[in-house]
Amino acid sequence: MNYVNHKSVIKRMNKRLIVNRVFKTIFFIATLFALVVLAVLFYRIITQGIGYITPDFFQNFGSRFPEKAGIKAALIGSIWLMCVVAPVSIILGVGTAIYLEEYAKKNKLNDFIRMNISNLAGVPSVVFGLLGLTIFVRALSLGNSILAAGFTMSLLILPVIIVAAQEAIRAVPQDVREASYGMGATKWQTITQIVLPSAIPGILTGAILALSRAVGETAPLVVIGIPVIIQFLPENLLSQFTALPMQIYDWAKRPQAEFQFVASAGILVLMAFLLIMNSIAIFIRNKFQRKY
Amino acid sequence: MVQTLEKGSVLNKESSSIVYDTQQLNLWYGTHHALKNINLQIKENEVTAIIGPSGCGKSTYIKTLNRMVELVPTVKTSGKILYRERNIFDADYGVEELRTKVGMVFQKPNPFPKSIYDNIAYGPRIHGIKNKKILDEIVEKSLRGAAIWDEVKDRLTTNAYSLSGGQQQRICIARCLAIEPDVILMDEPTSALDPISTLKVEELIQELKKEYSIIIVTHNMQQAARISDKTAFFLNGEVVEFDDTDVIFSTPADKRTEDYISGRFG
Repeated sequence: MNYVNHKSVIKRMNKRLIVNRVFKTIFFIATLFALVVLAVLFYRIITQGIGYITPDFFQNFGSRFPEKAGIKAALIGSIWLMCVVAPVSIILGVGTAIYLEEYAKKNKLNDFIRMNISNLAGVPSVVFGLLGLTIFVRALSLGNSILAAGFTMSLLILPVIIVAAQEAIRAVPQDVREASYGMGATKWQTITQIVLPSAIPGILTGAILALSRAVGETAPLVVIGIPVIIQFLPENLLSQFTALPMQIYDWAKRPQAEFQFVASAGILVLMAFLLIMNSIAIFIRNKFQRKY
Repeated sequence: MVQTLEKGSVLNKESSSIVYDTQQLNLWYGTHHALKNINLQIKENEVTAIIGPSGCGKSTYIKTLNRMVELVPTVKTSGKILYRERNIFDADYGVEELRTKVGMVFQKPNPFPKSIYDNIAYGPRIHGIKNKKILDEIVEKSLRGAAIWDEVKDRLTTNAYSLSGGQQQRICIARCLAIEPDVILMDEPTSALDPISTLKVEELIQELKKEYSIIIVTHNMQQAARISDKTAFFLNGEVVEFDDTDVIFSTPADKRTEDYISGRFG
């Protein structure tokens, strides 16, 4: 006897195909919804802000008058901030990932550390702001300087970089490591010459995506008290500064309607900044990707 | 008097021709007792084949010989393995030093994602050879040694991954020759290869035997019969029988060996 009754299979076929189609439509609508909202947002920001994107906008400091307000201090400040965040977070993050993946023994303590790094990635950014305020701004007396903000932002994105780097390191096949050890290479030689060259595209992609998060974060900067109107450029790492999201936040909360347009222009600059960073990430990934 | 001297010198010669002397080796993965009381003597310039069904410990044994097995964190061992009369488990015997003398070829071809040249030069480089001229010579010698020079000499800078599986495995053998080892361990080196590539690797093993001692794990009994001088039959972590390959395949002493090689199990 057959267990599959082909007559009833054919009878049910229509129903199954309809269900199939219904779900396809539902998922398509879900995607469309996000895209439409994004498009509306873009349209609003571009139409409002594009008029304010002039050479003067990049050359002026903040101002009480919308037509004179510029983004120079914030843009340069954000670049300075990245110059601190990038090296600090990448060196610490990749170092931690190498330790956890290559050196750390499998025991309860290390499992606990691994688990908590993933948990840290979910801690709200404002909490990191409070941490930065306590440790860097007050305890280490760095004030609301680039260094204090940079360290705080580094802590914020560190878990993301660690997890990305761990995954990239784990993706390097075990058998090429064995080949290296099999020839008498030390652990360090294997890491620098076999593991890291293969893992670097993944590590850099993760790092740059994490850095673009740091560019856009506002809450930690608010908490550690970064000023918004600054009429000078930072001179060194201990200078006061302001950053793009702070500047946008300040403009957006002002009562004059014109400042909403200035804020839109600021958002455009921030988005261009992010877009450039993400393009670099994609470029690196495609250029250095190795296939196994 | 003269006779004793002669006898002594004969003994000496015999002991010096033994590369690996395994004594009472036991190995556990956690609580699993994977190797039980292994005693094996492996001689210079011979091909020693290790056969046995899956899970019998033959791969574990060969990986113990260069201590690669210790990459598994739960491994515990007892007993001795004398390599050239020195116990490889001695605290002052560094694994890096051991692995410089004992090369390994793995089951799946595992070239580095680098150029053919850099693959071969990897070993010498990590051991400190920087001179380009010397490296060039090593690369050519090793590739010739692995019988692949003619196939790749015009594209040494291309990625080793662009080669076929059989060629990749010979690159791995060449890479192993580049550190000028004394012993070559091969862990089922042809199991991922097609028959023609397998034949090439087998011919190569016959060539290499002149200069190196080779220990090869294989699933393929015909292969063991074709290429090896000595054969060890492993079963459930024990050495059931170890003898000349001819003897093992014609008149095995143990019933279990006979059953295995006649295909009754495994």
